[in-house]
Amino acid sequence: MIWLHRYATLVAAASLVLIVAGGLVTSTGSGLAVPDWPTSYGYFMFSFPFSNMVGGILYEHGHRLIASTVGVLTVLLAAGVWRVDPRRWVKWLAVVALAAVVLQGILGGVTVLYFLPAPVSISHAGLAQIFFGLVVSLALFTSPGWLRGYRATGSGGRDSAPPVTDDQVLRRLAMATSVIIYVQILIGATMRHTGAGLAIPDFPLAFGRVVPSDWNQAIFVHFAHRVGALVTLAAILTTSGHVWAHHRSRKELTHPALFLVALVVSQIALGGWTVLSGKAVAVNTAHVATGALVLVTSLVLMLRAHHSRFPGAVLLTRAAGVVRATLPDTHSSVVSSPSPEGRL
Amino acid sequence: MALGNVRVFVAILVIAVAAACGGGEPSEPMSAEPTGGPPATPLDPATAGNVTGMVVLEGTPPDPERIRMNADPVCVREAIETETEYYMVGDDGSLGNVFVYVKEGLGNRSFPTPSEPFTFDQRGCRYRPHVFGIQVGQTLEILNSDPTLHNIHAIPALNDEFNTGQPIQGMKFERTFENPEVMVPFKCDVHGWMNAYVGVLDHPYFAVSDGSGTFEISTLPPGDYVIEAWHEELGTQTQNVTVGEQETVEISFTFSIS
Repeated sequence: MIWLHRYATLVAAASLVLIVAGGLVTSTGSGLAVPDWPTSYGYFMFSFPFSNMVGGILYEHGHRLIASTVGVLTVLLAAGVWRVDPRRWVKWLAVVALAAVVLQGILGGVTVLYFLPAPVSISHAGLAQIFFGLVVSLALFTSPGWLRGYRATGSGGRDSAPPVTDDQVLRRLAMATSVIIYVQILIGATMRHTGAGLAIPDFPLAFGRVVPSDWNQAIFVHFAHRVGALVTLAAILTTSGHVWAHHRSRKELTHPALFLVALVVSQIALGGWTVLSGKAVAVNTAHVATGALVLVTSLVLMLRAHHSRFPGAVLLTRAAGVVRATLPDTHSSVVSSPSPEGRL
Repeated sequence: MALGNVRVFVAILVIAVAAACGGGEPSEPMSAEPTGGPPATPLDPATAGNVTGMVVLEGTPPDPERIRMNADPVCVREAIETETEYYMVGDDGSLGNVFVYVKEGLGNRSFPTPSEPFTFDQRGCRYRPHVFGIQVGQTLEILNSDPTLHNIHAIPALNDEFNTGQPIQGMKFERTFENPEVMVPFKCDVHGWMNAYVGVLDHPYFAVSDGSGTFEISTLPPGDYVIEAWHEELGTQTQNVTVGEQETVEISFTFSIS
């Protein structure tokens, strides 16, 4: 199981690389550098000559190659989960992740063939974040900490720490924060794909004022993204503050909470820098990637806050070689020797 | 693993591979036969006049910037002109690459569509010409003279957008525009510095000012006209002119930059 977790983590890391690659495509204006799909200038994708990967083609075709690689990695991940993981809901989550990456590839092709229509490009960006979240979730659900229920293991394999407190307030705060972050990402994608990235050319003010005096669609979208940043910051500070106030001893909660605060502060700085630099490619792309990290960090915090509510929390006791499944709805325990398929 | 699960995974794998791969034919250029259009209005050349003139720029334009073509080693090797061409200004203030055309005054006249195509070339990783005019239904022949890939991406507002790859030197394909439009931008998404503009008109009365800022619109029927001059950075200007029988009218446009 540890190897499945490590592989899932690898796929998650590759997905982040893919998001960076996709961000570079838009940031460099290379979205239509390869006019055809699924071929590339008539070549089969994997036979396109490297010597021809010049200018915008480097970014666009490079993005396609990385995406295909992530697709294959996801196929193997799904196969591995079905083979190894006894939890049926995790198996189907892996299938959903696979379906998401296939759909994402199709969306990417459609947006090229129809000259980057904003709704399709925005959907492509939004689904990328969902896919990244799915893969990170799989890495989380297969992690030793999750499987142990975030209990410290003492000598002889006996549990020595109480389980995670069932904190309804934290669950709701973390979920709301994750939703707010995703909405903010969608607003950002809308701003990016409708050419509104510099609709307000100054920062932190807007045309020298707190609120713009003149409005058009681009200015509205851009300003909504700035307001969304403040809302996101408030949500993250509230959630993280709650963690520190009530769960200071729980590292599985405090670590993502602290990371989240650091990330959102960095993200706001990157957003301002993007505007002030006139959308410098590296800064702009870093802003996209950091946004993805903010989302998945909040997702991890949210899922960990919900840990006790997941079906079939499996506590693996290595020493005894016994699989103990605690069913949350009955509060009963089933003790059995693991079957060859490890089915729960 | 149960046989059923194997089948599921094979099906998923096939779908994933099919979505990622594919051996389609290269994009077919979308060409169309030049439209015949309505019958041409008879024109009496004995009465036709001309509009000639000059375009000048007052003020000092920004210096041209050197274009970094490092993204494509072929461009570094093949390029002849390596500076931006937003302003083509002579020592005497003459302004080139201004599209001058008859905007109003031709009434319901119709004009034959030229049978000869207009050649638009990609050479030295630049579009040549940078600004030009073409008639509705006239064949635009797009040529790649460079030993590197280009894509030709037109972004019109009133015509169909197209984006086609030309990976091979000597490759050419043809397009026509079905609606008048001033101006249609062109760009290359591979080489971001490449851009051009085409004015699409349903008549032949247009010209592009040359390096000396001069232009000529000839064989114009006598009448009252609105002549417009368009520049990619400086916008547009118009003038009203009256062309008499066999008369050559001289006008000038003065653009200003602060």
